[in-house]
Amino acid sequence: MENEPKLVTGAMVTFSIAVVALVLIPYFQIRDVPAPEGLKPYTSAELRGREVYIANGCVYCHTQQPRDPSFGPDAKRGWGRAAVAGDYVYDRPHLLGSMRTGPDLFNIGVRQPSADWQLGHLFQPRGYVKESTMPSFPFLFEVKDKADKDEVVVHLPPDVQPQGKVVVAKPEVLDLVKYLQALKRNYPVLPPEPK
Amino acid sequence: MDSAVVSLLSAFVLSLIGLFAFMWSMRKGLFVENPKAAGSIFAAGEVGKADDPSLTGHDQARLQQAITETNDKGRDLQQAEDPEGLDDRYDADRSTAFPVFMFIGFAVMWLVFGSIAGLTASLKLHWPDFLVSEGWETFGRMRTYHLTAVLYGWITNAELGIIVWLLPRLMRTPLRGPLWVMMGGALINVGIASAIGGFGMGWTAGMEYLEIPWQIGIFVVAGFLCIIPPVLATVAFRKSHEIYVSAWYHVASVLWIAMLFTVAKIPGAHFGVEQATMNWWYGHNVLGLWFTPAALGAIYYFLPKVIGRRVSSYNLSILGFWTLAFFYAQVGGHHLIGGPVPEWMITLSIVQSMMMIVPVVAFSVNMAGTMWGRMRLARYSPTLRFMMFGGFMYMLSSVQGSFEALRSINQVTHFTHFTVAHAHLGAYGFVTMVLFGAIYFMLPRVLNWEWPFPRLISAHFWLAAIGILIYFGPLTYGGWLQGLAMLDASKPFIESVQLTIPYLEWRSVGGSLMLASHLIFAFHVLVMVLRFGPNRVGAALFHPQSSPLEPAHGK
Repeated sequence: MENEPKLVTGAMVTFSIAVVALVLIPYFQIRDVPAPEGLKPYTSAELRGREVYIANGCVYCHTQQPRDPSFGPDAKRGWGRAAVAGDYVYDRPHLLGSMRTGPDLFNIGVRQPSADWQLGHLFQPRGYVKESTMPSFPFLFEVKDKADKDEVVVHLPPDVQPQGKVVVAKPEVLDLVKYLQALKRNYPVLPPEPK
Repeated sequence: MDSAVVSLLSAFVLSLIGLFAFMWSMRKGLFVENPKAAGSIFAAGEVGKADDPSLTGHDQARLQQAITETNDKGRDLQQAEDPEGLDDRYDADRSTAFPVFMFIGFAVMWLVFGSIAGLTASLKLHWPDFLVSEGWETFGRMRTYHLTAVLYGWITNAELGIIVWLLPRLMRTPLRGPLWVMMGGALINVGIASAIGGFGMGWTAGMEYLEIPWQIGIFVVAGFLCIIPPVLATVAFRKSHEIYVSAWYHVASVLWIAMLFTVAKIPGAHFGVEQATMNWWYGHNVLGLWFTPAALGAIYYFLPKVIGRRVSSYNLSILGFWTLAFFYAQVGGHHLIGGPVPEWMITLSIVQSMMMIVPVVAFSVNMAGTMWGRMRLARYSPTLRFMMFGGFMYMLSSVQGSFEALRSINQVTHFTHFTVAHAHLGAYGFVTMVLFGAIYFMLPRVLNWEWPFPRLISAHFWLAAIGILIYFGPLTYGGWLQGLAMLDASKPFIESVQLTIPYLEWRSVGGSLMLASHLIFAFHVLVMVLRFGPNRVGAALFHPQSSPLEPAHGK
């Protein structure tokens, strides 16, 4: 019990058992799960938007994993059916999240399809939900006197609209909204195998 | 197969394995105590002698007196001693001074940076329009600076410093390849700094605990590859007969973190839900197989060393090591309870989470046995105070974690601030407090200079201890209420957001105290490094008998 080969070998063995159980077996089990028929790969604009989602750490407050009704009222809140492994086939990196400071977003595209709402809400969430603690993201927008003709003007509620100015969406937030609108897992999937 | 049948079968198999392990351990005589190994950290004349370099002459004498009063002569003083121990330790300490100083320096810098980022992120949770005009200031990035700076910058650097300092002491031989170790440290810190710069610009791998992009991860892995060979070589060339238990924890943890990080960062290998299982396998193991064992190893050395009394049961500490190695490695799946991942994996992780009670009890019984009737010694020794606080929080956070993995409790706590509070109890209440204690012990030996203002050590301890308790208590309670509100379909979601606000404000209060304690600590380290402060008579670096071997600065 007192020599270094035992120490190193033992440490490697316990480590390998864990790698097999928590990484390798799930890898082979999930590798061949096909994409559900209703799930489309992300478009390039949606993928760019996904990068904005990742860069700004949305995942730290929003999950993307509605749970089974036996676990919580996720479905009743309009967050969608329980997610299955196939729903994530195109997700790299995964964005399951671990925190619900804000609501689950796996089906935000179903719940809130309006681009105007999404843009305005990102500019100032408290213009829409007074008690919200979500940060505002003014750096994704430009406030100017007058919009150029190919720019997207954000339609805001009167109390957050800057006086005498217009708020224009930067390209990255337009991509982000396209990604959010694409978060729709309302296609049918096979129920999980009976236990 | 029916899940009940599976659990019955696995329980059967587990108990069979347990029976065989027990029979094997009886045959190997593992239940015969091993005081020689436990006493191997003491050199001649050190048993029953106080050793806390963070104390100056008068305080050291008070600690010594308290220890002498608590010693029962028969047992305590019959401990193994090695006449050559001090010479070897002197060589060992000299060989590690430079690398250790480098690691501690980086660690303290990251601690200050990381806790400022942490407090900012905490404030943003209840002041959502605070610092929003630039991308780098947004919550999602601020939180990532905090996490990376404290976990990889502070804890990892400080633990490497402790490992590099302790290993040669325990092996009784100078550190092999110190330049490689420093090279490794430099690479790791280059990696951390680049990663944090990258987050500021929005470049992140996007997974919790694994935000460092793999391109930058190459630096981190290369750093560990530079450090591992010197660590193994130091063990291989050891003069000591025993490998003391701290070294078991330390050597294994360095190997584990290097492999964990490498497996998790293989570019392109992970996808979809599989990536989520890998993410949490990593996320929990970086705590379980790196932060925890390195900090436990430190307690197993510093606590007995300060009070001059070996740990009560050496075999129990080894049992703790192997059960931690086996059970902890498999608990990560409990982060995905209710998620779209294979059910068997989650069940496995829940079972192993409960099994984690075994190493925790082994540790707690052992420490309680060592400290029995001596708790008051913590009043005299700052190192001991930090170590005891940390050890107690280890027990608390681990037991809490085991129960948190149960489906019924996890259902409430899963997506709430309860988990955040729990993570801080482990990473701060336990690991960080142990690291503070260890640094207070080590740095006078490394720099040959005593701590200039002993009162600052007390201020640091109390601010940090009260800070983490204020942080933990309200946030745990608020997180639980948040979870109950989320499960109640009749309440709109926003209610679960609103009700947490007062608890989040308390968290910022606790966080401010913690940050204040870190500023004091960093100031104290800086003053010590620059050799400012009241100039005492040399450094408090020696035992009365051993002064020639551990020379004091200026003497």
